[in-house]
Amino acid sequence: MSEIKKNGLFQSSGERLVNGIVKENPTFVLMLGMCPTLAVTTSAMNGLGMGLTTMAVLALSNLFISLLRKVIPSRVRIPAFIVIIASFVTVVQLMLEAYLPSLNKALGVYIPLIVVNCIILGRAEAYAYSNPPIPSLFDGIGMGLGFSFALTCIGALREFLGAGKVFGAQVLPASFEPIRIFGQAPGAFFVLACLVALQNYIKIRLKKAGKPNEKIGSGCTEDCMNCSDKGCKKRFYDTTKEIQMVDLEEEEEK
Amino acid sequence: MNQVKDLLVILIGSSLVSNVVLSQFLGLCPFLGVSKKVKTAGGMGVAVIFVITLASAVAGVINRYVLIRFDIQYLDTIVFILVIAALVQFVEMFLKKMIPSLYQALGVYLPLITTNCAVLGVAINNEQAQYGILTGIVNGFATAVGFTVAIVILAGIREKIEYNDVPESFKGMPIVLLTAGLMAIAFVGFSGLL
Repeated sequence: MSEIKKNGLFQSSGERLVNGIVKENPTFVLMLGMCPTLAVTTSAMNGLGMGLTTMAVLALSNLFISLLRKVIPSRVRIPAFIVIIASFVTVVQLMLEAYLPSLNKALGVYIPLIVVNCIILGRAEAYAYSNPPIPSLFDGIGMGLGFSFALTCIGALREFLGAGKVFGAQVLPASFEPIRIFGQAPGAFFVLACLVALQNYIKIRLKKAGKPNEKIGSGCTEDCMNCSDKGCKKRFYDTTKEIQMVDLEEEEEK
Repeated sequence: MNQVKDLLVILIGSSLVSNVVLSQFLGLCPFLGVSKKVKTAGGMGVAVIFVITLASAVAGVINRYVLIRFDIQYLDTIVFILVIAALVQFVEMFLKKMIPSLYQALGVYLPLITTNCAVLGVAINNEQAQYGILTGIVNGFATAVGFTVAIVILAGIREKIEYNDVPESFKGMPIVLLTAGLMAIAFVGFSGLL
C-alpha cells in the first residue's frame, strides 16, 4: 500500500518538474514575470543567477504555503502569501549578500522585487494552496528551472549579439563588431518581441496544419492582474473591479 | 539653492533619462496591459502618479522613524510591500467615501497597482540611494511622471498601429514590444540632458 503511495508521489513530483520546464514554461509559454526577464538578462550569468534565486524563493514559498494551506483562511490568503514570499526573499537576499556579493550587486533592486513576481504568487494560488507539500515543492523547482532556463537563453542570446561572448567567454572573433544595443535596454524588448513572434508563428503553423496545440500559451505578456481575458486559466485574482475595468474598455471600444 | 538643483536633477533624471519602464523595466505589466487606448492609459498614469507619490512618502517616513530607528532595515522588503498593499486598499476606501468623483475616475485602476513593481521599486530605490523623505517624494513623483509619459505615448502609437498591416506572427504583443524597444532607443537620447 505504502509502496503504491510512494510511487504515486514520486510520479506526480516528476510530472511537476517536467511540467514546469517544458509544458508550462513560465516565460516562453505562460509569459509571466516579464520585468526581471527583460531587466537582468544582459548576460547569461545574470540570467542564470536571477533564475536560480527566483527558484529558491519559489520552491521554499510553495512548500511552506502548501504546509500552511489548512491554517490560512481563504479570505486573507493573498496577504498571507505575500508575507511568506517576502520573508523568503529577504532570507535569500541576505544569503546572496553574504556569499555572492558580486551577483547581488549585479541584480540589485530586482532581488527584492522577486516579491511582486507574478510567477510566485501565481503558483502559490494555482497549485500550492490546494496540493500537498512534496508535489508543491517540485512544482516550485520545476517552474524555477523553467524560468532559469528561459532567462539563461535570453541572457546568452543578448550577450552573444551585444558583446560576442557567452558566459563571459569570447566566442566571436575580435574583428566582429558587436551590436551593442542588444546589451542595453532596447535590445531586451527586441529579443523578447522576436521570441514571442516565433512562438506565434509556430502556433499559426500548427493551426494551419489542423492540429492546434493548446499547450502553447495564449501569448499574453500581461500579468494576471491586468489580464483582460476573462476565460484565462492563469487568472488567479477574482475581483469584481477587474471585470468592471474590462467592461469599461469594451464600452469604450463600442 | 543647492538642494533645489539636486531635486531638479532627480526630477529630470528619474522621469526621462532613466525612465522607469523603458530603461529600468519596472511596471512593465500595466505598461503592456493597459495601453490599448490613450484614455485608459492616461487614467492609469494619473492613478500611478497618485499612489507612487503617496507610497514613497509613507515608505520614507517608515524607513526613517521605524526601520532605521530600531535598526531593522533588513526587514525592508516585507514592511514596504505590506505598507503599499495596505495603502492602496486604504486610498481606495478613502476615495470611495470622501471623493466619489475621483474614485469614479481612478477607482478601477487602484487594485491593479498593488502588484505594480514600480511602486515597490521606487520605495527600495529611495532607501538604497539613502534619499531623505522630501527627495524620496520628488523621486517617486518623477518616476511616476516618467511612467505616465511612456504609457500615454505607447497608447497613442498603438491606436495608430491598429490600422497598419502587421505580419501575422507579429500581431499583438510582438509589435508592441518592438514599439517599446524603439521608444527605449528614443529615450536613450535624453541621457544628453544631464
